[in-house]
Amino acid sequence: MIFTIISVVLILAGLIFFLGGAVGLVRFPDFYSRMHAAGKGDTLSSFLVILGFAVYQLHDFHSFSHDWPTLLVILKLIGISVFILITSPTSTHALMDAGWEDEVKPVLEEGRPDHLSEDCDNF
Amino acid sequence: MDFQTFSTIVGVALLLMMIPVMWRMAVGPTALDRIMAVNVIGTKTAVLLVVIGVVFGQVGMFVDFALAYALLNFTGSLAAARYLHKTAPTGGGAEPIHPPADSQ
Repeated sequence: MIFTIISVVLILAGLIFFLGGAVGLVRFPDFYSRMHAAGKGDTLSSFLVILGFAVYQLHDFHSFSHDWPTLLVILKLIGISVFILITSPTSTHALMDAGWEDEVKPVLEEGRPDHLSEDCDNF
Repeated sequence: MDFQTFSTIVGVALLLMMIPVMWRMAVGPTALDRIMAVNVIGTKTAVLLVVIGVVFGQVGMFVDFALAYALLNFTGSLAAARYLHKTAPTGGGAEPIHPPADSQ
């Protein structure tokens, strides 16, 4: 029972972060801020949801001596969540770098210096 | 409400959250916006595969699919990012791409 409650809480928290990522992806004004919403929201929410399902699998887990399949599933779920935790920021960073080199313009506050144009003048 | 019903609702919610991302993929002003949207949908799909496994009681099988999908998604988005990276160095990243002008 306690495992079910913990997993439901984790999954609901993950869904809230997924919703935040989706809303940010639609509503933010420029490429960099959209990337920010997508990268952070997706990373944490995937981690939380998959970890929630891993905790739920503990519910079926009885002993280390003859329940290897469940243990394997739990380890794989934790592996997927750690893998997403590492790779999602990496691919976000790679895309952000590609956008910077592609001279995608950020939306700037009035009076902010435009460092991107300065950088591009030096090329 | 048992956990399978809850998992079904979670899966439907994930599917509904893909719709705004798909809108961004269709509209997105730059090509990188579209790649980012594909990446986000891929991550959501990896999670959704785990949810489907729980709903059908076949987690042991679907976990492998989710792992493979996460790997392919990461490789695909990195490849697309490197493809659009205009000034990527051709031979390793050791030397600076743009040496400063006063280094001569």
